[in-house]
Amino acid sequence: MLHRLLSGDLPRSRVLAVLLILIVAGLFLVPFIFPGAKALDVAAKICIFIVLVASFDLLLGYTGIVSFAHTMFFGIGAYGVAIALTRLGPTWTAVAAGAGLALLVSLALSLVIGLFSLRVKAMFYAMITLAVATAFQTLASQLSDFTGGEDGLSIRVPELLTSAFPEVPRLFLGVALNGKIISYYLLAATTVVLFLVMLRIVNSPFGRVLQAIRENEFRAEALGYKTVIYRTASNVLSALFATLAGVLLALWLHYNGPDTSLSFEIMIDLLLMVVIGGMGTMYGSVVGATIFLLAQNYLQDLMKVASRGLSGVPVLRDLVHPDRWLLWLGVLFILSVYRFPAGIVGKLRMKAVVKP
Amino acid sequence: MTFALETRELTIRFGGHVAVNAVSCGFAPGTLTAIVGPNGAGKTTYFNLISGQLKASAGSVHLQGHDISGLSAPQRSHKGIGRAFQLTNLFPNLSVMENIRLAVQSRAGMGLNMWSIWSSHKDLIRRAEEVLETVALTAKRDLAAAALPHGDQRKLEVAILMALQPDIFMFDEPTAGMSVDEVPVILDLIRGLKTQGDKTILLVEHKMDVVRELADRIIVLHNGALVADGDPAEVIASPIVQEAYLGIEVAK
Ligand SMILES: Nc1ncnc2c1ncn2[C@@H]1O[C@H](COP(=O)(O)OP(=O)(O)OP(=O)(O)O)[C@@H](O)[C@H]1O
Ligand SMILES: [Mg+2]
Repeated sequence: MLHRLLSGDLPRSRVLAVLLILIVAGLFLVPFIFPGAKALDVAAKICIFIVLVASFDLLLGYTGIVSFAHTMFFGIGAYGVAIALTRLGPTWTAVAAGAGLALLVSLALSLVIGLFSLRVKAMFYAMITLAVATAFQTLASQLSDFTGGEDGLSIRVPELLTSAFPEVPRLFLGVALNGKIISYYLLAATTVVLFLVMLRIVNSPFGRVLQAIRENEFRAEALGYKTVIYRTASNVLSALFATLAGVLLALWLHYNGPDTSLSFEIMIDLLLMVVIGGMGTMYGSVVGATIFLLAQNYLQDLMKVASRGLSGVPVLRDLVHPDRWLLWLGVLFILSVYRFPAGIVGKLRMKAVVKP
Repeated sequence: MTFALETRELTIRFGGHVAVNAVSCGFAPGTLTAIVGPNGAGKTTYFNLISGQLKASAGSVHLQGHDISGLSAPQRSHKGIGRAFQLTNLFPNLSVMENIRLAVQSRAGMGLNMWSIWSSHKDLIRRAEEVLETVALTAKRDLAAAALPHGDQRKLEVAILMALQPDIFMFDEPTAGMSVDEVPVILDLIRGLKTQGDKTILLVEHKMDVVRELADRIIVLHNGALVADGDPAEVIASPIVQEAYLGIEVAK
């Protein structure tokens, strides 16, 4: 049962298994253990980014294709529902229409990018994706009638997902089960399903060919695999899952703008999360997204505490001043990439092999 | 009789250099043809033209009488042309087992299956295990291909070709760089293929004793052109081989 659910790709390391269980349990219990809007918001972001990072890993880690257009597809999903909800009103039909249309647009775009540029060298491909993503970003801010331009779109979502629903929410273990909590659990459940689907894809015969292409495309061709088809399929799948992550984002934030889904900062974050978690290991997306977003959101708080504690020590006090948090985040990541080039999951699995 | 494989006036130029020069040659089904010639004669390039890694500048390749010149390498692989490479060409970070299983999976036409778990296809795994056994690599099945010593990598290279179960087997110096005690494993495999009777085998090999024993026929390439073709004993004795090939061998 578990074997089928995880597509035969078990954690293969006790530490990793415990870590994953902790993360999943934590995410599902957040409303009960960590009350407050911020904790729930961070947890929701972690869920969304697990999907986004996993979809990026399908392309980068499994197929070995470097693309900078991934947040574009994320944005297409987010804009899709945001625009549909703005135009059609806060109904589930609008959500479905927006998501469906966004998926179609992503499908078409990823097919075109894929077919046109998969035949060129990796470096040029990365450049092309960069160019397309930049063009799309400009387009999104230009078409402000549709997209709200730089301000983005604040949207009304179906009533079920709003914190005003129901008027008198039931209490469960001291937590009011309102639309926000319902949204969160829908989001978490969707994340689990999407993650398991991607886990299945990378562990299918198809997924094995993707890894073969990453390892030695020339030989994969000689074995009879038409690599253009596989690479294009990998592009399209990865784009579609990113689009779905975008849909989830807009529905969670009740908002979408260039900075929440399209920006290059997110692209960089995404790269970091994949690398920290471990490329080519779906579980790396869970670990990477969790650690990164926790650090991003709580490092500053942690430093505030430390800085106060060290207020008597001159240099140290300044070093841990909350304004330096970005510096420390950077140091943290350089260290982790340096110490664990295979990512945390890769490292844990290696250890598990060495000591049986 | 239709040839299992035939090249007609097959030619490729790299800039001004003609690496394969109008080579016309038919290979009868069930025969083993050795291809010899000095370094740089164009043997590997000739193979690349047949299996589709390179596109010919002129001439054509025919499989069972059908022109396959327009087909890509993967298409030719599906048509039954299998190829082992002179320079070992593996999936370095995948396990030995997976290297072979990928070939079995391609042969089974399963590559685009996205929804089943790869490890649930026990028949493919069993088939890969059988092949693994024939090259005596079972004990190393879980090692990364890159972690194997050179001789084992050569065996794996050949094993991948075996796993594809093609009709045409092309071996490019399969025993090069192998230690003396490893060579028989490969030669036994090739002998085994020969006894099946229906496999067409092309073998590039420098070791004359191997060629003499295994080949039904020898063709000699020199500067990209086919300069001799015939019965092994005759060809080896011919002046052109003594000069163009063995002369160099002796000198080395
Ligand atoms: N892609 C290429 N571009 C340019 N020249 C090439 C290319 N491939 C092969 N050649 C040239 O074609 C000639 C034939 O090379 P090839 O590798 O086919 O020889 P070979 O008979 O296999 O030699 P060896 O016994 O050393 O393996 C050589 O002069 C080589 O430099
Ligand atoms: Mg050669």
